[in-house]
Amino acid sequence: MSTAQPDIRIIGIGNAYRSDDGAGIAVAKRVRERITDGAAIIEQSGDGAALLELWKGAGTVILVDAVHSGEAPGTVHRLDACAAEIPSRLFHYSTHGFGVAEAVELARALNQMPARLIVYGIEGKNFGAGVALSAEVEEASAAVTLRILNEVRSLKEGNP
Amino acid sequence: MKSKTIKVDYLARVEGEGSLFVKIKDGRVTDVALKIFEPPRFFEAFLRGRKFIEAPDITARICGICPVAYQMSACHAIEDAFGVQVDHPIRELRRLIYCGEWIESHALHVYMLHAPDFLGYEDAIRMAKDHSGVVERGLRLKKAGNEVMSLLGGREIHPINVRVGGFYKVPSKQELAGLAEKLKWARDAALETVRWVATFPFPAFERDYEFVALRHPGEYPMNEGRLVSNKGLDISVREYDQHFAEEHVARSNALHSVLKERGSYFVGPQARYSLNFDKLSPLAQDAARAAGLGTECRNPFQSVIVRGVEMVYACDEALRIIGGFQMPERPAVEVEPRVATGYGCTEAPRGILYHRYRLDDHGVILDAKIVPPTSQNQKTIEDDLRQFVTANIEMPAEKLQWQCEQAVRNYDPCISCATHFLKLHIERQ
Repeated sequence: MSTAQPDIRIIGIGNAYRSDDGAGIAVAKRVRERITDGAAIIEQSGDGAALLELWKGAGTVILVDAVHSGEAPGTVHRLDACAAEIPSRLFHYSTHGFGVAEAVELARALNQMPARLIVYGIEGKNFGAGVALSAEVEEASAAVTLRILNEVRSLKEGNP
Repeated sequence: MKSKTIKVDYLARVEGEGSLFVKIKDGRVTDVALKIFEPPRFFEAFLRGRKFIEAPDITARICGICPVAYQMSACHAIEDAFGVQVDHPIRELRRLIYCGEWIESHALHVYMLHAPDFLGYEDAIRMAKDHSGVVERGLRLKKAGNEVMSLLGGREIHPINVRVGGFYKVPSKQELAGLAEKLKWARDAALETVRWVATFPFPAFERDYEFVALRHPGEYPMNEGRLVSNKGLDISVREYDQHFAEEHVARSNALHSVLKERGSYFVGPQARYSLNFDKLSPLAQDAARAAGLGTECRNPFQSVIVRGVEMVYACDEALRIIGGFQMPERPAVEVEPRVATGYGCTEAPRGILYHRYRLDDHGVILDAKIVPPTSQNQKTIEDDLRQFVTANIEMPAEKLQWQCEQAVRNYDPCISCATHFLKLHIERQ
């Protein structure tokens, strides 16, 4: 068993009152129910500029947000933000003017990237006012939750 | 006839989505249609049947950038209905959390969204590559505002510690003293900000606006005051509905807020400033004068300076509050529901935010009305664009597009609650 706890932050982004835009928040809530230690779980609704603060000093950050790139609702994208630029087209359908893609690229420009940054994007269908996720997004949120739990387990065991 | 249609990319760096359509025919602007705002009808419906105590938390979700404004307007409206007066230290703490939100919101807009326009960068990321120190200063300033919000609000985004009657928990004097150190740095950084933005190139553009803001006899307005304008409006918040109306715009789902007697009006930092210059702290007034502003500012492009001046003021005011703070005997006053209608209007970073609630004797919300600042400025933004494009009709298409986007961003339109991105179309015929 590893003695040093990896510093892992899981950040769910979105607005739970904008239907599928709440996918990231839904995932954060689900992950929180299943993880008791070793990772901080943060729900964030608002601007991307705040993300730089949230991941300051973190080893691994896993971000989850709703995206709208034209693919089928419920499609899951997994990006390694340290390896390549985040295509901003993915995240333009986020409710944050200064959004996830901008935050990541700004962090890169300012040398404020965490050591490891994984971004999950869940394709949304309905971004209108409302509190329910579409069925496809609900299903994808459950799948992403499991993938994140697996990633966290691997990280804790020291095989990222 | 020469016909030309220019379809332009979405307008980034505005919260949310909308569309802006400019039609030019035979060298004349024939149509300007801006759709950036959807009224918060969902939330008004969502609030019906809920207890009054839930209103601040629910309405705070309308906007990720200005949750405090929604909480404040909701609390004041409900307290108005129930005849509640909060204790002085609570009133001061409300002002303090509002200072935090002004700093946070203005720093985001000035540094991340508006400055790149003036300096010729497509966005703050490209600006950061050349001016990393400036961008870092902006982020740190924004963080200082966030820290005020999170100490008082419990969480920085969507604070949960604000309640009708006061707060759930009041911070200790020691915690407040810790904030003061950061705010002293922030005040210097805000002064630097004003000096920096004052050097930007500003298009020559002025209009005879009707500025509308709160005015209070003893302070620069945040939570309380009468609604006044430079064209004779002087009413209590309770009279809002008698003077303002929301008109449906035939071509879109948007609503335009108008003054029933005179039409479009202007809310936000520039309106507050122009109606309340005498209430700014001496430091903020001096910063404004040194930046070349008069006691009134009619060039909307200079709103970037006014936001800087308001950041100086907000830091100064926050430090005054912390310096003189006395612990309240209780974190909140008792609230007894009764059958009533309550009215609240406070100064969100982007301008006046009006809430009205009708409540029953158990404190259940029977109906709610919410009018955010962006919906109130929408018609004024269209009028600006019409005049700006008319005056610059020969400008190359690309530059005209750039400056139209900039003209929209002058108002820091916050549409996170509404749609997602703004598509700009300029059609030349």
